[in-house]
Amino acid sequence: METVEKIQQQISENPILLYMKGSPKLPNCGFSAQASQALMTCGEEFAYVDILQNPDIRAELPKYADWPTFPQLWVDGELVGGCDIIMEMVQQGELQTIIKESAAKRAK
Amino acid sequence: MTVQQIIEQKLQAGFSPSHLDVSNESFMHNVPEGSESHFKVVIVSDEFATKRLIGRHRAVNAVLADELANHIHALAIHTYTEQEWTKLQEQSPDSPNCMGGSKL
Repeated sequence: METVEKIQQQISENPILLYMKGSPKLPNCGFSAQASQALMTCGEEFAYVDILQNPDIRAELPKYADWPTFPQLWVDGELVGGCDIIMEMVQQGELQTIIKESAAKRAK
Repeated sequence: MTVQQIIEQKLQAGFSPSHLDVSNESFMHNVPEGSESHFKVVIVSDEFATKRLIGRHRAVNAVLADELANHIHALAIHTYTEQEWTKLQEQSPDSPNCMGGSKL
């Protein structure tokens, strides 16, 4: 499968998806650590892709997303942003809202 | 010109900010001394007023596309309008600590 197709499949099959360096339990980067911690505190299940284990995705996703850095949070097929946006949304209480809304769609 | 100066110049030209602070945070990371790899940008401009956060960050990334492609490994971005900046009492969040990922 082409890398772009793989990315599209990941994004469409995982409504809450974090592309990060390392894993939520063992992050390899401070920005990825902050982002995954913030997501965990929302209390909903989410998927992650470790881009250090997936060099093809690491190379291709920035072009596909038109977003140069990692982590990247995708919710319901849309890029929400990177670490700074996630943290600012936490401050405003917005992250919890979009994560809960996304999870609620599937609970119906 | 250093990468830091180029970043400052491009952001100055792109957004006419009322406040701009570009800091080289490379020393906080697992890179050689004197590196210009990790930066934090705090930029205050009313040009952000009509944009959502992701739009603001996309605009900053677009202005710095060359540097991001060739020099910058990590870029922390904090964008505010004048009003937001005043409300925050002119304080931006600190960047997280390094966890070694820049060598991987």
